[in-house]
Amino acid sequence: MHEMSLMLGIVDLLRKNAAENNIGKISKVMLVVGDMTMAVPDALQFAFDSFRDEELFGDAVLEIQKKPVSGECKDCHQNFGIDDFNFLCPFCSSPHVRVASGRELYIDYYEGD
Amino acid sequence: MVKVRMAAPVLQQNDEVAGENRELFNKKNVFVLNLMSSPGSGKTSILEKTIGKLSKLLKLGVIEGDIYTTRDAERIEKFGVPVVQINTDGACHLDARMVKPTLEDFDLDELDLLIVENVGNLVCPAEFDLGEDARAAVLSITEGNDKPVKYPLVFRQSKVVLLNKIDLLPYTDCEIELLEEDLKKINPELELFQVSARLDEGFAPWIAWLEEQVGLKKGS
Repeated sequence: MHEMSLMLGIVDLLRKNAAENNIGKISKVMLVVGDMTMAVPDALQFAFDSFRDEELFGDAVLEIQKKPVSGECKDCHQNFGIDDFNFLCPFCSSPHVRVASGRELYIDYYEGD
Repeated sequence: MVKVRMAAPVLQQNDEVAGENRELFNKKNVFVLNLMSSPGSGKTSILEKTIGKLSKLLKLGVIEGDIYTTRDAERIEKFGVPVVQINTDGACHLDARMVKPTLEDFDLDELDLLIVENVGNLVCPAEFDLGEDARAAVLSITEGNDKPVKYPLVFRQSKVVLLNKIDLLPYTDCEIELLEEDLKKINPELELFQVSARLDEGFAPWIAWLEEQVGLKKGS
């Protein structure tokens, strides 16, 4: 359940940013979560509901955009989707594969007044 | 209504502190290992054997992560190496901010190797950089050979996997070839060592690997 500590950080970042931008009420938060993070969307949602305060967040919704895992071969430079965490290059069987996407965990944007 | 684009990494605060820890470790030429596994896989037993074999050759320090108790730290203290306990007080992982203040309790100028035993958990610790040079995961064969596929991140992020309790192989349904095959798909560059902490077997390649890493760090 490290989603709790992740969400504490998210709510904290949002509070600071909202104060800087004179936003008194947040209505929507867009979070991007890669499939190669260990953050479970349902647990993030639960944590969001636990930590948000009425004043700033009211009825705010948390939306989570998932990102699939993809890789780039360091040898043949092909890009490809990665299923089942198989990190061998499907083109040249090289074991030297860089994770190109799937490790994302960031607040993309929020909406508010 | 306004839309505010943040593009703010959620782990940014942790990663910044991890960077500070790493900078300090590099300045002091200490090789730092983050040891992770599920509860009961034998992390502390492996650590005991490792310290027993290395403490005459290298200067070691240990950080013990535990949710509430000091039991593991007490086990390590018997070996006469400096050990600092972090109680996470319910948190399921160590993060860089918990590690940072403990570094003042070590004489880093005197240390060659600092091993951080993370909280027993295959999921959450994988997400948090502590500033370490390398991660090692322990997987005991009694946990079943589906664990790498179920918890791939921790194995993808590790340089080494220690397959522990290998002496119990005849009494389990664990198919070691399949297990190793899965691990190599997740992380083709992984170093795999089969050990039995109970019988004190198979440690030589692991000890050699640690000595090599410490040597590389000292030389850098």
